[in-house]
Amino acid sequence: MSRAATASRDRADSPPRGGSLAGTLGLVRLIVRRDRVRLAVWVLAIAVSVFASVASFSETYPTAEDREARASLLRDSPVTQLFTGPGYGLDDYTYGAMTANEMLPLTAVAVALMSIFLVVRNTRTEEESGRAELVRAAVVGRHAYPAATLIVVGGANLVLGLLLTLGLPASLDGLGTTGSLAFAAAAAGVGLVFTGVALVTAQVAVAGRSAVGIASIILGALYVLRSIGDMDDGTLAWSSPFGWAIEMRAYVGERWWPLALAVALAVALIAVGVRINARRDVGAGAIADRPGRPRARSTLGGAFGLAFRLQRVSLLAWGGTLFAFAILYGSLAEQASTLYEDLDSLDEYLARIGAADPVDQFLALTIFWSALIATAYVIQSTTRLRAEEAATRAEPLLATPTSRWRWLASHTAIAIGGGLAVLVAIGLGFGASRAVGAGDLGELPRALAAALVYAPATWAFAGATLALYGLIPRATASIWGILAAILFIEMFGPLLQFPSWIYDISPFQHIPQLPVAELRLAPLAVVTAIAAALGALGAVAFRRRDLA
Amino acid sequence: MGDVIAVSGLVKSFGSTRALDRLDLEVSAGEVHGFLGPNGSGKTTTIRVLLGLLRADGGSVRLLGGDPWHDAVALHRRLAYVPGDVSLWPTLSGGEAIDLLTRLRGGVDQRKRDELVARFKLDPSKKSRTYSKGNRQKVALVAGLASDAELLILDEPTSGLDPLMEATFQECIREITAEGRTVLLSSHILAEVEALCDRVSIIRLGRTVESGTLAELRHLTRTTISAEVERQATHLGEQPGVHDLIVDGGTVTFDVDTVHIEAAIRQLTELGLRSLTSHPPTLEELFLRHYGDELEADGVPRAAAAAGARESGGG
Repeated sequence: MSRAATASRDRADSPPRGGSLAGTLGLVRLIVRRDRVRLAVWVLAIAVSVFASVASFSETYPTAEDREARASLLRDSPVTQLFTGPGYGLDDYTYGAMTANEMLPLTAVAVALMSIFLVVRNTRTEEESGRAELVRAAVVGRHAYPAATLIVVGGANLVLGLLLTLGLPASLDGLGTTGSLAFAAAAAGVGLVFTGVALVTAQVAVAGRSAVGIASIILGALYVLRSIGDMDDGTLAWSSPFGWAIEMRAYVGERWWPLALAVALAVALIAVGVRINARRDVGAGAIADRPGRPRARSTLGGAFGLAFRLQRVSLLAWGGTLFAFAILYGSLAEQASTLYEDLDSLDEYLARIGAADPVDQFLALTIFWSALIATAYVIQSTTRLRAEEAATRAEPLLATPTSRWRWLASHTAIAIGGGLAVLVAIGLGFGASRAVGAGDLGELPRALAAALVYAPATWAFAGATLALYGLIPRATASIWGILAAILFIEMFGPLLQFPSWIYDISPFQHIPQLPVAELRLAPLAVVTAIAAALGALGAVAFRRRDLA
Repeated sequence: MGDVIAVSGLVKSFGSTRALDRLDLEVSAGEVHGFLGPNGSGKTTTIRVLLGLLRADGGSVRLLGGDPWHDAVALHRRLAYVPGDVSLWPTLSGGEAIDLLTRLRGGVDQRKRDELVARFKLDPSKKSRTYSKGNRQKVALVAGLASDAELLILDEPTSGLDPLMEATFQECIREITAEGRTVLLSSHILAEVEALCDRVSIIRLGRTVESGTLAELRHLTRTTISAEVERQATHLGEQPGVHDLIVDGGTVTFDVDTVHIEAAIRQLTELGLRSLTSHPPTLEELFLRHYGDELEADGVPRAAAAAGARESGGG
């Protein structure tokens, strides 16, 4: 036998270097190369939003009295605990307390979403596309994919943490280094937990879309758990990583041990994910595929039937989740409003907001936020057009007598009809729990109307998505960036006191917040008309362009 | 009978790349037309223009007497399409995908659908995500072949099929032509094209380089001749139209241009002809003749490639 042959046999016989982790570094380089823009956008968008917001505090709240006014506003608002925490530091509302109280919970949500999307994209979605198979056939170990993903996503969380630690004190005088480190560690801790959550859901679900969906529902549930806990005595908040982040009490007497809870949970989740990964086949989920129907039902007969079939699970998941949250929050409405009645400031508060019932005030705001989340469903559903086209699944359909209009209309109908269904679910959830709570069936139609009035705003996003899809199909996903910007305006606008023209960009600003505000039809008609115009523009552009 | 497909001077660019550069294609009613060309030569782009999925930048395109871009929906009622790279909805079973596609075309005879599923040995209850490439292709084939459309556009429909299924496919196409329907078959499998096609068009770099019946195309090229002769045949190489002459004792092998075949045979007779075999050029040889310079650029000598083709083609 020749020397070369012996050498090559020796190489095959000896275990590959790195064992089940072989090839991890190569994959890390691949992920960083492929996602270099995506990683930078996530990390910088989150960091810069926080820095810009914090930096503006010195202008909007220059004196201690200004900050005290803000603190008293928060103490009086029935929805404070939904978006902040139990309110550490409200008594002496320093810039630090303000930063931690108002910025941390949603920064943590953004970091969690970043981790979920990046993890699933580089694990399950790679398998689903068949690319992982090609890579795994090379000298790449079983655990290389999860390991490389953990290194990159964990790294993104750490880089973001570092940026926040260094950037916060630089953005605003008065933010100390220790507090900033606690803020950054709290956010990154949540990010690591959801890195673990997504690693597990990516093992269980067969499709990347489902893995993101399940992880997002877990995110929502843990956030709700925290907010309900904080509206109550705070015990329940300890069952949520978002609660642990807030309990680190950045800038108001830091505590470090809650970080250990986050790290421990992240490590446990990662261990579970790695274990499932070691046992399952490439491309398979935790549950084996059941055989399908050998013949299609009569409902699967056309473009609309197909669009519904493809989107029904997602619609049920969104509708069901938001319905559950609506019931929960609806049942908390009265409890939330008593929080500040105890503070004896009810008269003052009612006078300021124009004598609205505090329960209604709570409802109006929680339904408003539910409608913003329902918009994410409408966008996800509309962007399905792009996904189908990019996967060349639109091609065989459009080679049948199905016109382009009809195909476009099929998914748009599911987006718009499904969006309405989700709003109905929200309205029913709030309405039902309020009807039980108040013993008045009249609460049901009131809540239903309060939710449905947001339909035109969700249509505006559907229209904008269609316009992007028709004109610049590759940029369809940038609609998510637009939604993030609108969420930022809605979320931090009151805190940062934006000029009114910035508010006017958001379609949600033009929707009357029932049941507190009065129903006016004119703005609804205007938003609907803009939505229709954007949609028509997209449809015409799509009819005229080449199919990808 | 008029032309089912009439394309002339078709131009399509993507950015600065000219994918189709004055391409011509004519397909008459009732024929199986082979559409040949190497990867990236523009076959799929042409088909996508014919389906109205891409808009032509120049030239004229008529399909079944209509404009494929403007009359897409009306024309699609009369044709069936099988893509080369079939991607299906992962959560739908194969049977569901077949029924969906056929219903979108207005429904089909269920007996025919079931018969095709059986002939192609497809399990219609499996989820599409679990299908191999060949099985995905079978789904698209069953949906396309089950229709009674007057025109079938098939884009490399058998590239993932095994030889048994290839035979089934050829059987199906013969049944379709027996009914007088038209087929445009883009393919890499030259044996399949030789077995099925009445006429072929060969394209290269977005332009049609040859079009006609196989007999016509053969006439334009060379015939390979092997003979045993009594006398030295070295002068044969000076004869016009004779190429690649190999003399091995009394055995001579050479290619001759079809127009010079008579003179070459006369010469052989004068040398004392004992035995003679000749075979017309295979499609592979035709094909390689048009792409020979590309192969040479890549370092493969033309004669070697032709010899390889001859061996595998079998003549």
